[in-house]
Amino acid sequence: MPNIFHIVVCASIVPDPLQTLEPISGPTGPALKNELMLPMVLDPWAACALYEAANLAAANPGSKLWLVSLAPKAKLQQVMMSVAQKVAFELVPVDGPLGGFTDAQSTAAALAEAVKSIAGLDLAKTLIFGGWESANRGAGVTLQVLGELLGTTEQFQGVDEITVNADGSFQVLERIEGGRHQVSTCAGAPAVLGWATGKLPEPRNNPQIGMANMRSIMPALQKAKAVKLEDGPKYLSVALPKQQRETRIVRDTPAEQIARELVDWITAE
Amino acid sequence: MEKILLLAHLDESGSALPRAAREALAAALELSSALAAPLTVGLIGENVEAAANSMVGCGAKILATTGAELSQPRYATDSAAIEAICRKAEPTLVLAPATSRFARVMGGAAQLLGGHIDTHITALAAADGAPRATRWFYRQRVEAVLTRTARPWFLLLDPGTRAQWDGPVCTASVENVTVTLPPTRTQVTCIRAPKQDEQTIRPDAKLLFVAGAGWTKKQADGQVHVADAEQLILGFLKGSGASLGSSKSLVDQTGEGQTALPFMSHLNQVGQTGATPRHPKGLSTCCHGEEPHVVGWRFIGERRAVNLDANCGWARGKADVLYVADAFQVVKAVNELLATRGKP
Repeated sequence: MPNIFHIVVCASIVPDPLQTLEPISGPTGPALKNELMLPMVLDPWAACALYEAANLAAANPGSKLWLVSLAPKAKLQQVMMSVAQKVAFELVPVDGPLGGFTDAQSTAAALAEAVKSIAGLDLAKTLIFGGWESANRGAGVTLQVLGELLGTTEQFQGVDEITVNADGSFQVLERIEGGRHQVSTCAGAPAVLGWATGKLPEPRNNPQIGMANMRSIMPALQKAKAVKLEDGPKYLSVALPKQQRETRIVRDTPAEQIARELVDWITAE
Repeated sequence: MEKILLLAHLDESGSALPRAAREALAAALELSSALAAPLTVGLIGENVEAAANSMVGCGAKILATTGAELSQPRYATDSAAIEAICRKAEPTLVLAPATSRFARVMGGAAQLLGGHIDTHITALAAADGAPRATRWFYRQRVEAVLTRTARPWFLLLDPGTRAQWDGPVCTASVENVTVTLPPTRTQVTCIRAPKQDEQTIRPDAKLLFVAGAGWTKKQADGQVHVADAEQLILGFLKGSGASLGSSKSLVDQTGEGQTALPFMSHLNQVGQTGATPRHPKGLSTCCHGEEPHVVGWRFIGERRAVNLDANCGWARGKADVLYVADAFQVVKAVNELLATRGKP
């Protein structure tokens, strides 16, 4: 009997990593200057989760893949124009605030409602995927709380690999200290997997997949439910690091002389 | 009045505390003193006797949940153990080290206990009788100080941000907390690690060596020299005992099947989508890029760089010393010197 998984990938959108970020104080707390104008991308580790999920769904016929994303729907639509060309999925958008200063637990609560609202989702077959940490808040908390809210206590974080066995059980590799992996076996879904980089490269753009995805994405975005997140912590200060080092520049110096200086420095206590 | 609970688990030896836990204990003691709040320690593991004895000197009450099932990190069992200790201690503030074991469970445990959580805390302080925490956002690019009034407030403290506590070993009085572990469908089978001589990630190393994509680019003779780069980098790691970090572009080459360094993986990646390790010293070679790329060595103490561009944003204003030179030649000469002087 084939393994059928219902895979729900939770992924936010974040500023393109190459953008300059400047924190400001907004009416609801800290924010980024011109945040809504910044080019956005799918959160990098969550994007890895999406590609791994698509691979898993393809390897297990009958499986389904949803992408649940909480963001302002106009920005989400922009990001979907490129993400939709990568892999086939059904978007479950949640129209909500953007940014790293929102509260992880409130975000998880909104995501849990969205997951529960997915028509045809069988929680017993569900694998909740996402990035183990986002590139904005980076708390590593959202998926854990989401799992608790869904009653799923088989959870794995920093996942780099999943191998599904014929009986539906699977082996998971989680990152631990020292560049090592903890290897676990789980009897099967449901489970929560917070992905690190995984093993798969970013898929090439496929316009046909993009067109097929966008047929369902646009109506979904129009119907996206608006949510208001509860207040998070009280921010006392938010600032860019001021540290600027006085760099001594050494030019036109033989490699051997540089090497001696470096070795003296490396070996000094 | 605040009541502080420090949670800790045993390390892989099964008897000692990880360094991160001793660092968190130091932070907990400081906060306890600043807030005049009593401190309780909660230990999790199969047999916590030796670990408890090693922290008697801190003067805190010690609780423990023990059992064979708690010898291994696993979400369901760890969250149950944390819940049991917290219900016994009834803390308002819960501090814990951000080890991989606690990082994967503490958010869920906070939710289970109706608490709130903040992670990656790099500093703790007290002002006006209330705690405040410092952490980074947007992958170490924005720093914030925050506080909460809701309790219990869980704070996961990043390792390497403070000195560890140490004290005399005496016989401890430990109060056992009974926990009913839930049925779990997960079994931890093993730890998978590179062979000892192939391990390039060394969290305790004094030096981080960051290799950038320049190592696999065409050199002055118009050719790429990946084999030479591999030999030089591995030779340096062997001679210096350094930990190896890499830029994203270099590890991506490995994943995309381009000519790349075979020992490099995404686990080595530092920066916005990688790690931000903490080491006393860092040496970057052939790394280029502006501020967003530089976060990989945000938490490195002394920094030096070798590259061919004197104006490179990776180094200028970010490194203490920038050597404008060919990294192939410099590292070759460094390796020869290290071979004659011996490993530091």
